[in-house]
Amino acid sequence: MISRLENIKQLYHIEQVVQQRHDLVLITVPKEYTVAVVTHLRDYEGFKHMVLLTAVDWIEQNKFQLTYILNNPEEKVDVAVRTMIDRDQATMASIHHLWEQAATYQRELREMFGINFPGSPRVDKPFMLEGWDNIPPYRRDFDTKKYSEETYFPRPGRETNDPKEYMKSKMYPDEH
Amino acid sequence: MISPEGESFEVDPMKDYFCDARPKVYEPVLPIVEKFLNWARSESLWVLGFGTGCGAIETRPLMTPRFDAYRYGIQWRATPRQSSVFIISGYLSVKTLKRVVRTYEQMQNPKFVMALGSCTINGGMYWDSYNTINRLDHYLPVDVYVAGCMPRPEALLAGFDMLKKRIREGKGEGANLYAENFDWYKANQKKIIKDWDMPDYNW
Repeated sequence: MISRLENIKQLYHIEQVVQQRHDLVLITVPKEYTVAVVTHLRDYEGFKHMVLLTAVDWIEQNKFQLTYILNNPEEKVDVAVRTMIDRDQATMASIHHLWEQAATYQRELREMFGINFPGSPRVDKPFMLEGWDNIPPYRRDFDTKKYSEETYFPRPGRETNDPKEYMKSKMYPDEH
Repeated sequence: MISPEGESFEVDPMKDYFCDARPKVYEPVLPIVEKFLNWARSESLWVLGFGTGCGAIETRPLMTPRFDAYRYGIQWRATPRQSSVFIISGYLSVKTLKRVVRTYEQMQNPKFVMALGSCTINGGMYWDSYNTINRLDHYLPVDVYVAGCMPRPEALLAGFDMLKKRIREGKGEGANLYAENFDWYKANQKKIIKDWDMPDYNW
């Protein structure tokens, strides 16, 4: 695992390396090199299997973090390639030419986060949400509770209490 | 299209293989005949094998010897044309609701809807989800609810018992309710199914 990391470090600029477990290493690379690093890992370092491609919304930094988790079946180790992309112009190079199933992940990310992958097959077709006309629901500025209340005829009578305030009023009624 | 006789004719693909006339309210015949018919209906509940959510897993044990729903005249069918009971099993996403509405309309009268789990009543644990409906009775007429998350197969059997009782009492009027309030149901369905590309009614 260490020797494989050294191989990549010689070729590409790796911003951050975190040894998460003995069989999982997280590396952060710039957006421009991501596809090159992933291709290198697949073709030369034995990471033949793509486990998943997912995104995290860092709304405070105005960034999306993409994570490509790759698996080396011979050595039984995983590597997670992470990259930060701009949140406003969320566009990333597609990797469907490396693994065909990546197109499905990219389609999902396009729909749920609004990250575009130009050239990926059927990326603009609706995946789970049909006829969605709001901002993508996995973005953190989307208020799912408000949307549900406006759209799906909530049944009256459902109440929620703030646990802290509720316990206070129950245990110390005089102080209120 | 070319008919078996060799004549060619035009078919509108949106109107192929079904009728899109509005549903009609069923007019009951003589009370005594209706009573007999209701008894017959209640004793042969054929369930559509369409699991819409997690509750579908609870209907499987009913087919096996331990719970054996077949002894009550309940059996599962593969197509909506042969079924009379539609079990909405648990949460319903908007994408599934579209298929559910279409399937419900393809079922022949008399038809009954059984809503399984708390998700169909008030949204359950998915009450604030962007993608699951909260109240099933705004989109389909529900004849019997089985509460729980998830209800056990015993609860389902009790629900079937309740449904039979209601049918025998002449209260299994879901299909008539749907026909009477057709515009209201359609408006609710169209409010949340944004890419409506089906006929208004098809059977």
